[in-house]
Order: sequence, then structure tokens, then C-alpha cells
Amino acid sequence: MLNAVKQSWLTFRSIFTGMGVTIRHFFGKSVTLQYPDEKMELPKGARSRLFVNIDDCIGCNLCARACPVNCIDIETVAATQDVDLGKTSTGNPKRFWLTLFDIDMAKCMYCDLCVHPCPTNCIYMVPEYEYSEYDRINLVYHFSNLEPEMVAEVKVKAELEAEQKKRDREEMMRKKAEEKAKKELEEKKKAAEESKKEDKEEE
Amino acid sequence: MSQILLNINPIAILVHAAIPLTIILVYALVAIWGERKIAGFIQDRLGPMRVGGWHGWAQSIADLLKLIQKEDIIPTDASRFLFKFAPFMMFAASYAAFAVIPFSSAYIGSMVNIGVFYLLAVTSVLTLSVIMAGWASNNKWSLLGGMRSAAQMVSYEVPTIASVLTVVLVAGSLNLMTVTELQAGNDILGFLPNWLIFQNPFLIVAFIIFFISILAESHRVPFDLPESESELVGGYQTEYSGMRWAMFMLAEYADMLLLSLLGATLFFGGWNSPFGDFMGGPLWGFFWFMLKGLLLVIVMMWIRWTLPRYRVDQLMHICWSILIPLSFINLVLTALWEVIF
Repeated sequence: MLNAVKQSWLTFRSIFTGMGVTIRHFFGKSVTLQYPDEKMELPKGARSRLFVNIDDCIGCNLCARACPVNCIDIETVAATQDVDLGKTSTGNPKRFWLTLFDIDMAKCMYCDLCVHPCPTNCIYMVPEYEYSEYDRINLVYHFSNLEPEMVAEVKVKAELEAEQKKRDREEMMRKKAEEKAKKELEEKKKAAEESKKEDKEEE
Repeated sequence: MSQILLNINPIAILVHAAIPLTIILVYALVAIWGERKIAGFIQDRLGPMRVGGWHGWAQSIADLLKLIQKEDIIPTDASRFLFKFAPFMMFAASYAAFAVIPFSSAYIGSMVNIGVFYLLAVTSVLTLSVIMAGWASNNKWSLLGGMRSAAQMVSYEVPTIASVLTVVLVAGSLNLMTVTELQAGNDILGFLPNWLIFQNPFLIVAFIIFFISILAESHRVPFDLPESESELVGGYQTEYSGMRWAMFMLAEYADMLLLSLLGATLFFGGWNSPFGDFMGGPLWGFFWFMLKGLLLVIVMMWIRWTLPRYRVDQLMHICWSILIPLSFINLVLTALWEVIF
């Protein structure tokens, strides 16, 4: 009997304790974030989407080589002598046309390894995480800002210049070889004359 | 009999019958939304927030529209008639019991002089409909839920009736209107209203027993074994879908309101204002009555989101070896108190 009373007392006490806890939470603040309306600020250094500031890229290819999953695709064309591509905001001269700079975010594993090698800090993560797509192909982000015609033109120009350079070099080589041969011939002549002179003096 | 039928205006009957139905339907919409909000706040969430603008107030309406559009699935091996009939019978049972609830001093569905007896008898049909649903579904979860519910409701009806009997003993009437009228005025200690719970210490015990029993009768946590979602999927509701399931839900909420209103009538003075004549009258009476009932409903919801579920053996232990002896002792002591004072 006494035990039953004790048990009942304990039961009621625990029930009221529990109800006290729940009522405190009832009037407490909710932790819910109304997601599409309110968004949590991402912590510093959050890795969510890669972005390339293409104006600062020098086309060094270091990021593509650092990528463990090969999700960065870069194609560069050397700038011809008649154009000056200017400098990056960090002061590095730009020497390449970036005809292709694609990042496949479907492949990306958010390792951040491409960010650190960049000499001009132009590839980095941006706090943007709502970019789901219906088609996987839409996850390939194109960062190159050259028009297709421009790319073709630049390529042709670069090829021409390369050919020109090759020809120039060949010409130079030939000239050099000719000069060398001339010199040698003259030296031989001189040597022959000198030896004649010496012969005369001896006589 | 024919004379009675001739004297009753059918339109008046319809109007009379429609009043509790309107109350139940509006209450169910508000209560389901309210329960979700209470659950949310207690768990540090927000609950429904989108539908209808302000705090998702139209969530229940949206849910209702969704349920109307759902397919009415009847399992192939189910007993078709019983399966289809059970939810309506369940709602009919809780709806019928509202006939003897005095909503205000001016309105009671039926002024029968055996009101409490009628109410308890009609709510017993709930058990039958739950077993019906459980058995007709031809599903092990449903059957287990139905059986548990039968055992639970039959057991807990005993302490409910014993505690109601205690009140009837003090009030001397089975008519709920008379019981309410007895509780008018503010005479206890000079300011407390003459509610039965303040009149007699044994009635406080009776109220505690009554409250625990109605929790079990209306399948509320911690006694929600018939539909325990985590172990029986949905108990007797497992096979139901669409509007039939909604009828069960409606009946459950109606039952909760009914028993809370009964508690408010028996122990808290029904439609009597707590301030004597101040804010009295039929309309204020309705307000006070619903307020008292809804407060009890809110306490039931609060308990739901606080306590875990009892085991079947614990449930039976509480009923048969604690509540029933206690309620009978209480009944005898109240009788002695009435004789002495």
C-alpha cells in the first residue's frame, strides 16, 4: 500500500517534471529556419561552387593539373605579338587566350585543391549551393568569355604566327650557317695568305 | 410514440442536430492544426507555416481537400460491408453523445433525465466500431490494434463510470443540465465558484481518475496503444485511406472534445462563468464552456507531446490494480462525506 502510494507519487512527479520541460520548450524560441525565405549564412571557407574570375586567369593550367578528378578543362592559345592581353589585377602579364575553361560541377568533389595553386587567386569557391539541374550537362560551367568566331580567329592567327616564327627561325638558322661558312672560308684564305707571307719573309 | 413524432418539427430537429455537428467540424479543423502547432512549438519547431498565410491556419482545410481527392482503397480480402461501415459508426457514436451535452444555458440537444448514462452507453459503441474496423481489415496490425483497443476501452470504462458516479452522487442528478445548474454561484470560501471540484476533496481525486481514464478512452498518449504508430503502423486505421480515414480522425477528435466537455460539465461548472453573474448569459455561457473544454483538450495535447507510451501490461495494471480500487474507495468515501456533511 505504502509502496503503491510512493510509486504513484513518483509517477506524478515525473509527469509534471516532463510537462514542465515541454512547456518551457513551448514558449522557447524555435530553431526552424524558413528555408526558401530565410537562409543560413554559410561559414567562412564553405565549399559549395567553384567560380573563375576569367579576367585574372593567366592560363597556367595549374588548377587543372591539381584536380584529382579532372573536372577542369582548359585550352589555351598563345597570344600573337600584335595584341597585348594586358595584366591581371595581381600584376602578372597575360600571355594566353583562354579559348576553353570548363568546370564540370557534376564531377567536382569539392576538395578545394585547385584553389591553392592558382598564382593569381582567380579560382575560388563561392557560397552558392542552389544549383541543381534537370540535365547533367547543365552542370558544366563555361568560364571562357571568348566568342566562337573569336576563338577561331585567334587560333588561325596563332597558327600563322607559329608558322611564321618557324620559317623565321629556319631562315635565321640558314643565314647563320651561311655566315659561318663565309667566315670559315675567309679565315682559310687569310691563313693561306699569311702562310704565303711568312714563306716570302723566310726567303 | 406517434404523438411525440407529430409534435416535433423536422426542421427544428435538423437545426438542433446541426449545431453540435458544426461545432465538431470547426473544432476538428482548428484542433488538428492546433495539435500540430503545439507539437511543433514543444519540439522547438514552427509547425505548419505555409498554407493560408498567418501561421498556416488553413493547413487542415488543405489536408481535408487532399483527403477528399484520395482513392478509397478497400483491401480485396476485407469484409467489405464492415470495413466501409466502421468509420461512420465510430463518428456516429461520438456525435450522438453530443446530444446530452449542455453547450449553454439555452441549448442542449436533448433534455433527457438520464443524460450521463446515455452518454456513457453511446460512447461504448466506439469500442465496437474499432473492433469492427480492426477485424474487417484482415490485417494483423489492424487486428492487434482493434483487440488492444477493445481491452483498453472496456477496462477504462469502469474507472470512468465510477468517477462519474461520484459526481452524480454529489449532484444527485443524471441530467447534465441540472448538474451544471447546481454549480452556479461563487460561495466557496467567499470567492471560488461553486464548481464540484472545489466542493469536496474526494472529487479532486475523482477528477484525476476521470482525466486519466478519458485519456485512455480517447486513445491519447500515453495510452494510444490501439493506433501506436511506431509498433502497429496505425493500428485499426492501417488499411484505411482517404475520407474513411478522415472519418476516424474526425471521430477521434470529436471523442476527445466530448470527453473533455463532459469533464468540464461534471467538475468545472459547465457553462457557468467563473466570475458569478459577471459575463453570464447563454452566449458567454457557450464561450466559457468551450474554453473549459478546449483547455482540457490542450492539456491532453500537451501530455501527448511529453510522455512516451505505456506497455499493454502497464496499461492494464494501472487500470485494474490502481484506478478501479481507488475509484471505488473514492466513491464510498464520497458517499460517507455526503451523509456526514
